[in-house]
Amino acid sequence: MDNKIAAVTMRNITKRFGPTLANDRVWLNIYRGEILALLGENGSGKTTLMNMLSGIYFPDEGEIAIDGRPVVIRSPKDAFDLGIGMIHQHFKLVDVLSAAENIVLGLPGKLDLKAAAKKIREICAAYGFEVDPDQKIYDMSVSQKQTVEIVKVLYRGADILILDEPTAVLTPQETDKLFAVLRNMRDDGKAIVIITHKMHEVEALSDRVAVLRQGQFIGDMPTGTTNAQEMTNMMVGHPVTLNIERPEPVNPKPRIEVKGLTVRDVEGTLKLDDVSFTANSGEILGIAGISGSGQKELLEAIAGLQPVEKGSIEYIADNGQREQLLGKDPLAIAEMGVALSFVPEDRLGMGLVGNMDLGNNMMLRSYRKGRGIFTNRKAPYKLAHQMVDFLEISTPSVETPVRRLSGGNVQKVLVGREIANAPSVLLTAYAVRGLDINSSYLIYDTINSQKMRGVAVLYVGEDLDVLLELCDRILVLCGGRVSGIVPGRGAKKRDVGMMMTKLGGNSHE
Amino acid sequence: MNKKTKTPLFHVAKRAALPWYRAWAIRGAALLLALVLCGVITSLVTGEDPFAVYGAIWKGSFGTTRKFWVLLQNIAMLLCVSLAVTPAFRMRCWNLGAEGQALIGGLACAACMITLADKLPNWAVILCMVVSSVLAGALWAGIPAFFKAKYNTNETLFTLMMNYVATQLVAFFCVVWESPKGSGTIGIINPKTNIGWLPQFAVQKYLLNVLIVAVVCVLVYIYLNYSKHGYEIAVVGESERTARYVGIKVEKVILRTMLLSGAICGLAGLLLVGSTNHTLTTTIVDGRGFTAVMVSWLAKFNPIGMIFTSFLLVFLGRGAGEVATKFGLNRSFGDILTGIILFCIIGSEFFINYEIKLTRGAGKEG
Repeated sequence: MDNKIAAVTMRNITKRFGPTLANDRVWLNIYRGEILALLGENGSGKTTLMNMLSGIYFPDEGEIAIDGRPVVIRSPKDAFDLGIGMIHQHFKLVDVLSAAENIVLGLPGKLDLKAAAKKIREICAAYGFEVDPDQKIYDMSVSQKQTVEIVKVLYRGADILILDEPTAVLTPQETDKLFAVLRNMRDDGKAIVIITHKMHEVEALSDRVAVLRQGQFIGDMPTGTTNAQEMTNMMVGHPVTLNIERPEPVNPKPRIEVKGLTVRDVEGTLKLDDVSFTANSGEILGIAGISGSGQKELLEAIAGLQPVEKGSIEYIADNGQREQLLGKDPLAIAEMGVALSFVPEDRLGMGLVGNMDLGNNMMLRSYRKGRGIFTNRKAPYKLAHQMVDFLEISTPSVETPVRRLSGGNVQKVLVGREIANAPSVLLTAYAVRGLDINSSYLIYDTINSQKMRGVAVLYVGEDLDVLLELCDRILVLCGGRVSGIVPGRGAKKRDVGMMMTKLGGNSHE
Repeated sequence: MNKKTKTPLFHVAKRAALPWYRAWAIRGAALLLALVLCGVITSLVTGEDPFAVYGAIWKGSFGTTRKFWVLLQNIAMLLCVSLAVTPAFRMRCWNLGAEGQALIGGLACAACMITLADKLPNWAVILCMVVSSVLAGALWAGIPAFFKAKYNTNETLFTLMMNYVATQLVAFFCVVWESPKGSGTIGIINPKTNIGWLPQFAVQKYLLNVLIVAVVCVLVYIYLNYSKHGYEIAVVGESERTARYVGIKVEKVILRTMLLSGAICGLAGLLLVGSTNHTLTTTIVDGRGFTAVMVSWLAKFNPIGMIFTSFLLVFLGRGAGEVATKFGLNRSFGDILTGIILFCIIGSEFFINYEIKLTRGAGKEG
């Protein structure tokens, strides 16, 4: 490998954001015919580094060479001209246009959709993609949209591809497909960089790993010569244990009983169809499913945020008293004495206010406390200080707007506030999405400690490995219906994956 | 690719939060730059001595005691309307109807002064004026707010259109109440009896307005920053979804805040008609409803900061007028100077949020 000329050489790259050093004299080589996994915790500078390669940021110091020739990348267009294409976490597609239209959008020359479609089909055939050039984006699943993004950069002649956490939104089956085409592209001599947090994906896919920590380049090695434990230690900087605990539930009793829950969205599409289950105290009930299978609606219905067509959601207190939660808003539910905490999927869009500081965000749950027209500002700031210590939130101060924090720290603020409420029911949606290993394990521990307190936890997750390790029972949703409920201990990943795509999976129908 | 790539000379990078004194230093430098620029342009275009022009701008506001009080009065009225729009703005609800809301408040005030003058004692007339002005202003903001809360209509267009309705209503009543007959204007209301004229403090005609607005300013500041309502406004403004998530009734907050916004506008109308002018015309609010938008934004919706921004705008406006009369220039020249100064001040915000970094080894071909 050493005698190959690197497709990309990044030398001594430094990037500052104000006082924060996002990249500190990073050296990185990217080779053709190789899949490089770029590893690092949140805020370690992976995305920043790749953004400089794709022309979104400009480095403060250092130089970049393509095929040994120094270049200056000032804009995404420069990057494209050099054959560098990046697939971002958030897709940049126009919903009302077709795949082909999106792919040729912005390209110079005459618009010839037929020729474009033909070329798209060729690309698809070459690497094993499945894209219908005439399909509209709004009709596509997340995985199809991602495919369009990849085809888009290939269409423009990119031979250096960067993928930022491409599997975060995919099912296991879709992930396998994606990996297959990435391998095809590698064998075709393209250079591929994949940013990910998931160790088993790194091991399954990459040829080489490079680790960043706190903006610095820690090291790189062939994937075959290392293992998950070693990579994790390098990322974190000290040894960590990679096991998720799963204590036995203590004295589980029904806490939330959902019967025949049916939800339609504003357009009348069925989002939840006759969903029934019971969540027990002292137990983690995992909820698995392809994204958009009704997880969001289910949690929001329980939290009092989602209008429901029919069904029943009952809260069963410790003394056996039943309360109907349907038709009540979050305030009414809280006033009934039901301590319900909710960690929503969209942290800054729903759970927190990005422009407010930590203290003010803590106040969201508590500002009504106390009589009089004024808010008590001391208590929430005190709570914020406690949370910063307890959950090791890294923030300049409790007066920092939360949108300035990294994803993991934002999530800690949200989870911290929600558990500070001493809940009896805890709803979490994608609690570790985008979080690094250290933060993820801290969140698992926190959720486990809530379970041991006797809280009924609903854990909507996307990483099946984690669901299988963490949850006592797993409810699988498929297209808004309950595909089955399996015990977490002993369930097979393959079976749960099947249940996600087909009602009842293989074994039940 | 054979073309030579040049390293750019500089690039723009986002700054971390600046300490307040450095931010103000940048703003101060912008003001200084603006003054120098104004001076250069003045001497180039008109041949006048720039320092004489600066002097005229200064004299426009501080030349005589009377001018000084007019300055204070204008600041107070502009600030009052700005304070009115600010709660709505903090909620990201763009109330552009302050002009109409103040005008309709003034109309209600004038209506009480004219129709109740010979029916009720003076104190009762004044009480009616206060109540009806505030309610009228609140109603004028409440109508668009109701439709926004209920049907999510666009408050910007709705409030803007309500301005025209208010102007036409006032035009109509100017004819109904015209005095003397045939003039089409109302003239001074109750010139002999002074019924419904708000009392004067310490013989200074404008002191009452200034004091009332100062109190309102402090109250709005406290309301927005320390009350539960103020917190709800901030949350709704930042994210409606988060507000619903914590059980805030968004519709109620929108309605309540807009009613408050309109009520303060109504108060401004009361002061303009009942205290300052003792008459009603369609132009009595004098565009303050729109200038207030700028005042509020420039101060980043901070009521205390708005004292300074409204001072700045009124000061520049009066200076522009003085320059025009003193040097026999077109009034527009004064406006040009105002424009230059505002451009520099607003532009300076860019340098507070971003910095220009020189690239190392710039100019070298790579």
